Amino acid sequence: MNKPDLAVQVGALSLKNPVLTASGTFGYGREFAPIMNPGLLGGIVVKGISLKPMAGNPPPRIVETPCGMLNAIGLANVGLEVFLSEKLPWLQKLDTCVVVNIYGHSLDEYGAVAAGLKGVSGVAALEVNISCPNVEQGGMAFGTDPAVAAQVTERVLRETDKPVIVKLSPNVTDICAIARAVEQAGAHALSLINTLTGMSIDIERRIPKLANGSGGLSGPAIRPVALHLVHQVVGAVNIPVIGMGGILEPRDALEFLMAGAQAIQVGTATFANPRASLDILEGIEQFLSDRDIQSVKEIIGSLKS
Amino acid sequence: MIEESTEVVFNKRVAGNTFFMGYRSDPMANEAGPGQFVMMQVRSGIDPLLRRPFSILGVNGDVLLILYRVVGHGTAILSEKKPGDFVQVLGPLGKGFALPCEAVYPILVAGGMGIAPLIFLSLNLARKDQQFLAGYGISPEVVPLDQLGIRGLSPAIATEDGSQGHHGRVTELLESVLLSAKEKPPAIFTCGPLPMLKAVSRIALGQNIPCQVSLESNMACGVGACQGCAVKKAPDSIKPYAHVCRDGPVFDAKTLDWEVI
Repeated sequence: MNKPDLAVQVGALSLKNPVLTASGTFGYGREFAPIMNPGLLGGIVVKGISLKPMAGNPPPRIVETPCGMLNAIGLANVGLEVFLSEKLPWLQKLDTCVVVNIYGHSLDEYGAVAAGLKGVSGVAALEVNISCPNVEQGGMAFGTDPAVAAQVTERVLRETDKPVIVKLSPNVTDICAIARAVEQAGAHALSLINTLTGMSIDIERRIPKLANGSGGLSGPAIRPVALHLVHQVVGAVNIPVIGMGGILEPRDALEFLMAGAQAIQVGTATFANPRASLDILEGIEQFLSDRDIQSVKEIIGSLKS
Repeated sequence: MIEESTEVVFNKRVAGNTFFMGYRSDPMANEAGPGQFVMMQVRSGIDPLLRRPFSILGVNGDVLLILYRVVGHGTAILSEKKPGDFVQVLGPLGKGFALPCEAVYPILVAGGMGIAPLIFLSLNLARKDQQFLAGYGISPEVVPLDQLGIRGLSPAIATEDGSQGHHGRVTELLESVLLSAKEKPPAIFTCGPLPMLKAVSRIALGQNIPCQVSLESNMACGVGACQGCAVKKAPDSIKPYAHVCRDGPVFDAKTLDWEVI
């Protein structure tokens, strides 16, 4: 039989396959290029970009935990200007969709980063990180209040000509309320989940293992939580959802697709296996051909109730 | 940079909790330089999830040599590998030592497992006028180089409990070597536990001696993508942090902020 069709549609965004790399785990695309071809992926979500360069948190920034890891990188990044001049030109040459993850500490900053990427060729979409602290409102994350999450979404939409994906935090009481608020504000798609807040303690020194105190938990430890939240949000909104959270193997990705995610992101798995995203892509294709399934679209949302 | 499944050639205890492993990878052996490291998956599956960074001790034909101490879950699993087992390895990674010119007198200062990259460096220097100092806590930790099959290297040993060599710290050996070294200007190359590296850097920077220091860090990716292995740079730097995996692991001591590290 013919090779299965892997192309998916995430709103206005056409992906040649449903596998993307998650922001913060794949740098600016080039870091792993010596050992794998990132051009084969459906998309690359680059490290979160802010208006100005960010130094990040003091070390230690990462600690391994059972079947996962905590990170408190502190959104370290080169800033919009250096991203455009030094990082994007290489990414533009790849035959894949480049999604730029953006964040700000105020509505104005979100707007300014979105405006700075307006009309820039080679940027297929924006992914808006609403999990960072809101300096205007006492440091509470933008993504924990439906009204504030909607404000960020509206502001970014006003400043951009690109599809807007809003990345949701799981550290909320009702993720569906946030998802609906962001949908009503006009977001084209959602991606979830960001990391779960956690901590780890050095019992000899009686201090947190992360200098920041707490950090974001990722890896297979969070997968069942992520899958459940993706399934819930898919049922709560009418815009497409990109699923992520502890996807390590093809079967994990298939679970998210069956739960209704139009595409998936591979994050922490890349650290365990730098080729994980491509292995997952091949595994999805194999799963489909083994069962004579013509298109990955037949899998998406195919969960039987 | 290569990522491949490699065959363990040997994996044996050489001292205390210290193990010496060789694995076969022709392309990695060709690329590897002193001070570089590899990220090794101690077993497949999800626990432990992350790879471990190990300094390269040297290369023997197509075999890469690794020295490690069993300190936790990951290294305990690694110590059970048998010849013929396969391990997934990414490397060689990072920026290694810049080799000194003939006009300087190289002094290599090792602490504990920090001896691994300095053995590689010392063998690469292949010159008689180098000084190799190795410090340990207690004598069972002393790595017997003959058991590693390494000939022609005989570091001066310091043990903190006095059971072998100089009774005291390796930095005391360094200070006496610096007092007697007059012919050529010295250059220091060091790797070991952080308190020792701080002491060595203080001595080097205080006397305006060039000093290359190899750092250790927790790492997730090993290639500069995750930014997890940040280290504070000297206050006059443009960027506040460097990354051990990509900007190092070998740094010019004067580019780091030793007050904060």
